[in-house]
Amino acid sequence: MDKIFVHLAKMSTAIVFMVLIGTVISLYINARPAIKEFGSYFLIDPRWGVEIELESVTDNIEQLGQQPEMKDLSEDAISEIDVEEDNFSYGLDDFEDDFVPMEDETDTGQSELEGTSKTTKEVYGGAVPIVGTIFSTIIALLFAVPISMGIAVFLSEIAKPIIAAPVGVAIELLAAIPSIIYGMWGLFYFGPFLASIFGGNSVSLLVGGLVLGVMIIPFMAALSRDAINTTPDILKEAAYALGATKTEVIKDVIFPYAKKGIIGSIIVSLGRALGETMAVAFVIGGVYQFVHKVTDPTNSIPVALANNFSESSGMSLSVLFYLALILFVVSFIIIFSAKYFFLRRGSY
Amino acid sequence: MSRLIINKIVLGLSSLSGVIGLFFLLWILVSLVVKGFAGLSPYIFTHDLIDHGIRNLIMGQFMLAALATVFGVPLGILAGIYLQEYGNGTRYAEIIRDLSDVMMSAPSIVIGTFVYAIYVIPVGHTAGWAGVLALFIMMLPIVVRTTDDMLSLVPVELREAGIAIGASKYHVILHIILRSAKVGIVTGLILAFARIVGETAPLLYTSGSSIFWSTDLSSTFPSMTVSIYNLATQPEQDMVDLAWAAALVLTVMVLILNLIGRYLIRDKQAK
Repeated sequence: MDKIFVHLAKMSTAIVFMVLIGTVISLYINARPAIKEFGSYFLIDPRWGVEIELESVTDNIEQLGQQPEMKDLSEDAISEIDVEEDNFSYGLDDFEDDFVPMEDETDTGQSELEGTSKTTKEVYGGAVPIVGTIFSTIIALLFAVPISMGIAVFLSEIAKPIIAAPVGVAIELLAAIPSIIYGMWGLFYFGPFLASIFGGNSVSLLVGGLVLGVMIIPFMAALSRDAINTTPDILKEAAYALGATKTEVIKDVIFPYAKKGIIGSIIVSLGRALGETMAVAFVIGGVYQFVHKVTDPTNSIPVALANNFSESSGMSLSVLFYLALILFVVSFIIIFSAKYFFLRRGSY
Repeated sequence: MSRLIINKIVLGLSSLSGVIGLFFLLWILVSLVVKGFAGLSPYIFTHDLIDHGIRNLIMGQFMLAALATVFGVPLGILAGIYLQEYGNGTRYAEIIRDLSDVMMSAPSIVIGTFVYAIYVIPVGHTAGWAGVLALFIMMLPIVVRTTDDMLSLVPVELREAGIAIGASKYHVILHIILRSAKVGIVTGLILAFARIVGETAPLLYTSGSSIFWSTDLSSTFPSMTVSIYNLATQPEQDMVDLAWAAALVLTVMVLILNLIGRYLIRDKQAK
């Protein structure tokens, strides 16, 4: 009996292990066609789903802007298919019909369907979502770090316990709210509000970044507060006894003492912002374009995955797996370094 | 004197940023409650999405999360027991610990991608089981970590006492250690459930979302979060209102689960 139990427990661990390893492997296998095709140039190539002629690679970059239109159309067609499966063929006809008037403007996609022409191929580059992810995360951190630190310091050092306790609980509960709520709020309230101040679109890189920032504030504030609270009272009292002001205690005693925990909380929040999908999906726009102004719509890796996955196949699907792999590896590195350097568990 | 002035300024700024942060969070909650209540009515709880209700969505979301819990909890607890009671200190256990920690914060959309690759592509369409699998993978590391942490808090003396009276190791684990770590583990499970019940990204293209009442997990399954995403981006105002109502219901469910979890922990600490 004892032996059975040991083996059962061992097997469960093995399954956990396999699931985790399996994720990376299956992503790699599915991404392999894209990795082979585009290699590491993918990381800096801004073209997404652009049809090029094999002889002249650089001439057709102007076609870049036309891709989002096509995506919209296919999205409509596919949602129609989703609604009623009986109408599948009908939906597909619609899809083709939609294309006819566009044909003289752009023939992206159409020749791909026929699959006979060998002089052109579709090129995918991940630069736009990658840059979008990086920038939206930077905006989020720039916004969230000062505010979270303010909240953490306020909760642990300034506010009286009677205020700090309920506010602290509220912050922790807010960290548990599903991210899609933040996204909806961004779409219907925050986006239009920002657009009325800064001009531009109500879906943009700026809105995406700030919604992300708002989303990670409770998380970061709660973690930083916990880190700050680990400072022994005796250290603080010693500093006060020497005549230090509260600011000096915070700056010279608490921050140095809790430094590792605070940096760790920032990095973990960074990892969360990087991989967040739903809060951004509503508000970043989902178009494959670089931003010229911060109020332009763009795209990020998770949003590209969320929007384009179910309608992709073949190479375009493989490219999305490639993006997912990149995202996974990057967040793996970030989380792992955070755990390793700053948040080592001391309990074992 | 200038030190005191700087002190005042810094404390003022810190309080101000606290107020700004709370203002945003309050703004979200207020808009959610106002918009959500406007769309809330008994009608939506008794009709499916096809008739502009959310009954099937609530059922679907709960079923996906509950099934993921049913599979994830025993496996996760057993793995946690192994890490703490059998493999503790070995290199293998350390690797699993680190991996599951990393997995716990892995982007949820990537997990959806993974399930799409291993389930949806071979089967050819979205299915409830794929959604269950995705949530299961999300939940597993949380359960492992919780069990591991809670078992590490059980005093060694309890284990030694059990072994000293001649109990076998699995007996000690099942009847002594698990019992004393029960509250902590249950709390962890509730919080884990609350976390996966609100997940959208891993369900987007695994379970999809159906507008009909369905208990057939091998086909597209109703999901509340995915439907909120779909509804909120539609042009019709009544669809958007329904999305807000569903969002409010979802948030209330998640918050209640969290409050129960906190209450249990507090109860334990009070003892």
